[in-house]
Amino acid sequence: MFYRENGQFKTSYRADQQIFPILQDRVAVLLLLALAFVAVPLLASDYVFQAVLIPFLIMALGALGLNILVGYCGQISLGTGAFMAVGAYAAFNFQVRFDGMPLLVSLLGGGLVAMVFGMVFGLPSLRIRGLYLAVATLAAQFFMDWLTSRAKWVTNNSSSGSVSAGPLSIAGWKIDTPMEKYLLCLAILCVLALAAKNLVRSAIGREWMAIRDMDVAAAVIGIRPMYAKLSAFGVSSFIVGVAGALWGFVHLGAWEPAAFSIDRSFQLLFMIIIGGLGSIVGSLFGAAFFVLLPLFLNYVPHWLGLPLSTATATYLEHMIFGALIVFFLIVEPHGLARLWSTARQKLRVWPFPH
Amino acid sequence: MGFFLETLFGGLMTGMLYALVALGFVLIFKASGVFNFAQGAMVLFAALAMARFSEWIPGWLGMAPGVLSVLLAIVVSILIMVGVAWLIERLALRHLVNQEPITLLMATLGIAYLLDGFGPMIFGSAVYSINVGMPKDPVFILEGMFEGGVLVSLEDFYAAGIAAALVAALTVFFQFTKTGRALRAVADDHQAAQSIGIPLARMWVIVWSVAGVVALVVGIIWGSKLGVQYSLSLVALKALPVVILGGLTSLPGAIIGGLIIGVGEKLSEVYLGPMIGGGIENWFAYGLALALLLVRPQGLFGEKIIDRV
Repeated sequence: MFYRENGQFKTSYRADQQIFPILQDRVAVLLLLALAFVAVPLLASDYVFQAVLIPFLIMALGALGLNILVGYCGQISLGTGAFMAVGAYAAFNFQVRFDGMPLLVSLLGGGLVAMVFGMVFGLPSLRIRGLYLAVATLAAQFFMDWLTSRAKWVTNNSSSGSVSAGPLSIAGWKIDTPMEKYLLCLAILCVLALAAKNLVRSAIGREWMAIRDMDVAAAVIGIRPMYAKLSAFGVSSFIVGVAGALWGFVHLGAWEPAAFSIDRSFQLLFMIIIGGLGSIVGSLFGAAFFVLLPLFLNYVPHWLGLPLSTATATYLEHMIFGALIVFFLIVEPHGLARLWSTARQKLRVWPFPH
Repeated sequence: MGFFLETLFGGLMTGMLYALVALGFVLIFKASGVFNFAQGAMVLFAALAMARFSEWIPGWLGMAPGVLSVLLAIVVSILIMVGVAWLIERLALRHLVNQEPITLLMATLGIAYLLDGFGPMIFGSAVYSINVGMPKDPVFILEGMFEGGVLVSLEDFYAAGIAAALVAALTVFFQFTKTGRALRAVADDHQAAQSIGIPLARMWVIVWSVAGVVALVVGIIWGSKLGVQYSLSLVALKALPVVILGGLTSLPGAIIGGLIIGVGEKLSEVYLGPMIGGGIENWFAYGLALALLLVRPQGLFGEKIIDRV
């Protein structure tokens, strides 16, 4: 009833090309941002920040990065954990090796190193694709697992193999409460998500999608596969690298190589499958789903009065995830994002069916 | 020289076991065009079933553990794997006919998660042992040629023998039986196979059952060597570069790829490892496969990949 675009005429190209062409959407997004930046910090408890919101924001960022590669450019990657690790360890090295390095520069530096790493491991994508490429990206994963646990210079000669980020601050702003950490992650996510959204609806985003849909045909109409694929690997790895650095610095504080194992890669892949391949908002949905489901599985037995042992809960979680992935692939291959857009479409034409 | 040969033999034996896991991949890929990521989970599941039933069956039937109970456990495990195959076809694959290979790959990832959770939940999650009576004594061979001979484990020899027999049987099955031909047709093109009257659903159940049986064999061999535990499902990750190296569509390729990777891994660890810090076993195989992919994208023995627009 309120979600109508009647009377909203577009009189300029600018107005036609906005991200949110409908007025109600713009209002809703502004309200959502106000909620996230003002209301949530005032209301949420430390536990909610640490257990729900911060992991959600960082995972959403990682899923966003992976979605650019898999969802938009169609290059499947099972090495996301490795790209996150590169970001985290590079940022760590920037922090400890250069005195007085600003935190933001370290984080972005981590992203840039991950970008280079991602482009190197993206090179095989020029010759192979699909299943073969998935295996090739696994090489990145195992190589990083080995490097972070064996090479001393990566961990700055830490004797236990784990590294710690130390106190965080940006230009005098000490980031030590969970609320401040949340705000930092939220700000970074907003900036990068906006950038990603604009990238995928610009020329380069269309090139990625053409490559995804059929790369030989795309090459025929003049899209350079090397340029398109490597840029997708670069952008994706940059975002994933920043997410990795945030995961290490902000969420974990101190971490071991196992924090970025192959399980992490699979988790991110699941997030974008469930959330929606080729959709920015889908990455957020997927991450939210992934963070909330374990909490939900922990609480529901309590409410129902059925005590579940931790082990059983873990196995149950595994099974539910597996079943959901198969379910989504069968029923809604475009994930939660498609459900969301269907719902919006229905709302627009309500009360008529079409 | 003796040490080198020992490493070589060790590598060959490990390679044979990788090859067995890889065989499961190739079987399913050949017959349904699905890259089955759940093979590792199937190995774990089959091994868990085998370990638990060989423990439970003597108790239920009131007999002493022996050859008969082991055989019974194997039969029950095979039945379970066939059941799993039927369920996978019924609940997942049937609805995904004619989808992109990537979609199918991700579906098998989901199945892997499902099995990884389901197995330990019903069979328990401790470390179990499987004992099918394979001799475990090490023996010395070639004592005439070198001083001290070369130390090998007899168990490995049996395992290699079983693997070779399995490969021979599967090759015959694929080449010379009617079902095998139908399976190859399905692999070529789902739609075309269906249109000439090949029952797709039954073919998929058959091939997933065969892969389940192969998984059981792998589970028994690995399980009796290392014990049945979660890490068993990770051998699948070891087998991936093997399949890539040998070619996704070639049964002999899986074997030769497995041997190359097994030997390469051991030799590189022993001779190259100390130079760059050790522990390179884990990614060496992937590096090798990656290097080959750049030169020969279809693997050593795979069918040439031809793109049609």
